[in-house]
Amino acid sequence: MSNPRPTHQTLSVVVENRSGVLARVSSLFARRGYNIISLAVAPTDDPAFSRITIVIDIETTSVEQMTKQLFKLVNVIKITELDPSDSVERELLLATVSASGEARSQVVELVGLFDGKIEDVGYSTLTVMLAGDPARLDDLEELLRPYGITELQRTGRVALPRLERQAPRLRNATGKAS
Amino acid sequence: MKLTGAQALIKSLEMESVEVVFGLPGGCILPAYDPLLDSPIRHILVRHEQGAGHMAEGYAHVTGRPGVAMVTSGPAATNMVTPLCDAYMDSVPMVAITGQVGRPFIGTDAFQECDTVGITRSVTKHNELVMDPHELPLIIRQAFHLATTGRPGPVLVDVPKDVLQAEIDWWWPSDADLAASLPGYRPTTKGHPRMIKEAARLIAAAERPVIYAGGGILKARAAEVLLELAETTGIPVVTTLMARGAFPDDHPLCLGMPGMHGNYTAITAMQQSDLLIALGTRFDDRVTGRVGAFAPTAKVVHVDIDPAELGKIRKPDVPIVGDCRQVIGEIVKALRVLAQPGSGVAPPDRTPWRSQLSGWQERFPLHYDPQVEGDALKPQLVMETLRDSAPDETILVSGVGQHQMWASQFWKFNHPYTWVNSGGLGTMGFSVPAAIGAKVGRPDRTVWAVDGDGCFQMTAQELATAASERIPVKVAILNNAYLGMVRQWQEMFYEERYSEVYLSPDLPDYVKWAEAMGCVGIRVEHPEEVQPAIDKANSIDDRPVVIDFRTDAREKVFPMVPAGASNDQVVVHPSQAPGGERFVQ
Ligand SMILES: Cc1ncc(C[n+]2csc(CCOP(=O)(O)OP(=O)(O)O)c2C)c(N)n1
Ligand SMILES: [Mg+2]
Repeated sequence: MSNPRPTHQTLSVVVENRSGVLARVSSLFARRGYNIISLAVAPTDDPAFSRITIVIDIETTSVEQMTKQLFKLVNVIKITELDPSDSVERELLLATVSASGEARSQVVELVGLFDGKIEDVGYSTLTVMLAGDPARLDDLEELLRPYGITELQRTGRVALPRLERQAPRLRNATGKAS
Repeated sequence: MKLTGAQALIKSLEMESVEVVFGLPGGCILPAYDPLLDSPIRHILVRHEQGAGHMAEGYAHVTGRPGVAMVTSGPAATNMVTPLCDAYMDSVPMVAITGQVGRPFIGTDAFQECDTVGITRSVTKHNELVMDPHELPLIIRQAFHLATTGRPGPVLVDVPKDVLQAEIDWWWPSDADLAASLPGYRPTTKGHPRMIKEAARLIAAAERPVIYAGGGILKARAAEVLLELAETTGIPVVTTLMARGAFPDDHPLCLGMPGMHGNYTAITAMQQSDLLIALGTRFDDRVTGRVGAFAPTAKVVHVDIDPAELGKIRKPDVPIVGDCRQVIGEIVKALRVLAQPGSGVAPPDRTPWRSQLSGWQERFPLHYDPQVEGDALKPQLVMETLRDSAPDETILVSGVGQHQMWASQFWKFNHPYTWVNSGGLGTMGFSVPAAIGAKVGRPDRTVWAVDGDGCFQMTAQELATAASERIPVKVAILNNAYLGMVRQWQEMFYEERYSEVYLSPDLPDYVKWAEAMGCVGIRVEHPEEVQPAIDKANSIDDRPVVIDFRTDAREKVFPMVPAGASNDQVVVHPSQAPGGERFVQ
């Protein structure tokens, strides 16, 4: 599959889990005029640290500058640049959709096709949930739109690097490694 | 040992070998001022907190040690914002301690509460609100460590009043405690050996190299090794506004200051060079002019301790993250290896380059219209007389404006740490308090502040501080009755439509101002009075002196690269360009 040039890049930033750190990160973005698409924060397996997953709009923001500036924050421990093609990216979507009459079964079917879930049922609305690849979330969102989305909440993506499954030598041979 | 938070704070400052604190007390910081009475630390009571901040900066500039300012919460903390930003822009090591309302009141809009940590976040290298009294010694130790290592900068510690009043078991964190408490802070000081070799290779082969030395040289205490690099290679050096004194102006390899008001040769040498060796510098817009047109044929070796500076403005061919002193030392060694016979590197012929440089120097020296008897006093003449009468190693401090440029242009800086100014932020009002801080740091030196009449009025109440604390600084006001630098732009770029730039030569009366503040005041209106007034000022050592030089308002600073123009378009003094043409190379 040939992807168009990615317009985003993901940074996985491990920070000290203390008050004010998120404010430092976000005020750095504001101060330097960096554009981000989404940001998700949660503690890591070690509660002393949190992981911030930032999706950057690389058409307007230099990943290199952003990484270097972030690194200057005393509370930033580690930054991993995650190439979209080399990482597992997931996101969760919740949407409340108008679904009465005929539309109801169509929405249920659609959500089923995507392996999503109906999380709440009202007289004329449904709240649906889908977790997965952000592009699939985009697709479902678009297909639901004609029915009337009354509430939409997405978490912003979280990501981890893909696991090494081939021996490094083999990867070298395919010219992919560095 | 049980101590109050306040006692622990002062003891922590003593542990950090702090000898002087600039400050002004108030409600929330009050508890800290009590143990100060029993401490050997000298406190200098300022008249405005901005003054305390600039004094701390002036002290840090000349001593290399962190300046310390201590003030209360709310309005005092906001008064500290300008000096913090100034120190941030110029990488000045400084620790600011602010009082804060007691912990239970935080977030309630209590009297004199403000979000100091929030407000100062983007103008400090780091800041911290102390919520646990037990952590106070550690946070102070961190503050000094962060302010003085890596790329230096200001650090603010915000201390709630009840933290100062709490009781703690005194402890002083070990090096290991400190390191463990800052897991994300590991500045790189050693340059990468492969990059150093690569840099040496480019330097050895360059035909038109220029060393572009910035303020980082001074921060890294690298002036000596810079001299060694220049002398072993014979490569000429430009010193930016922040680096004046890092390389002696008297040295035959010194080309002087580049940039918007730099001298023709320094600007043009960079423009035409084939290799810029950028050391502790950040390609500031005042140096580069229009970036796209800056030094178009040059390769770039860029050494800086802050990785974010490499590639921020100009992509280097050889980026080296590291401490300038260490890296330059290694480059010199690598060059020695390359210079050994049999290394296969033929040294390039740099004679054409040298003669081109000296040609420019001869054709476009710094110049101003000579003083004519009976005409208004030339500010440049004042600068030259001041320079020629100053004892060796005099420290020169300046404000921001035309006088700052003349100070930098006409002084001869032959020693590091003899020039103190506000480069990055361009803070009017910097010079009087910064000079006071400098004199406190180096009481053995003569300290002259060259100030503008506009700048002077922003912070000159600190002369009362200087007089009462017996800090004998000297201030030369180049009083052109105008916000001169702005006037110059309006003259040149706004068709002489002068808008809100006139101040008046005698309102206020600067001599009376000086006298009212316990200083000696002298007025100079005519050229023949310049030398005697300066001699008199130099002879006074028991109180501050202010000289009100009434200078010619029509004088402009030349050369000049207009904002947004390329550095190929240096506007030289009109007498050097008879047709009024710009020199386009
Ligand atoms: C706090 C602050 N306000 C405004 C400016 C903009 N500014 C730069 S130079 C200048 C004029 C300074 O006048 P003066 O101190 O008389 O110096 P001169 O240029 O006349 O030598 C002004 C207003 C500034 N740099 N700093
Ligand atoms: Mg003026």
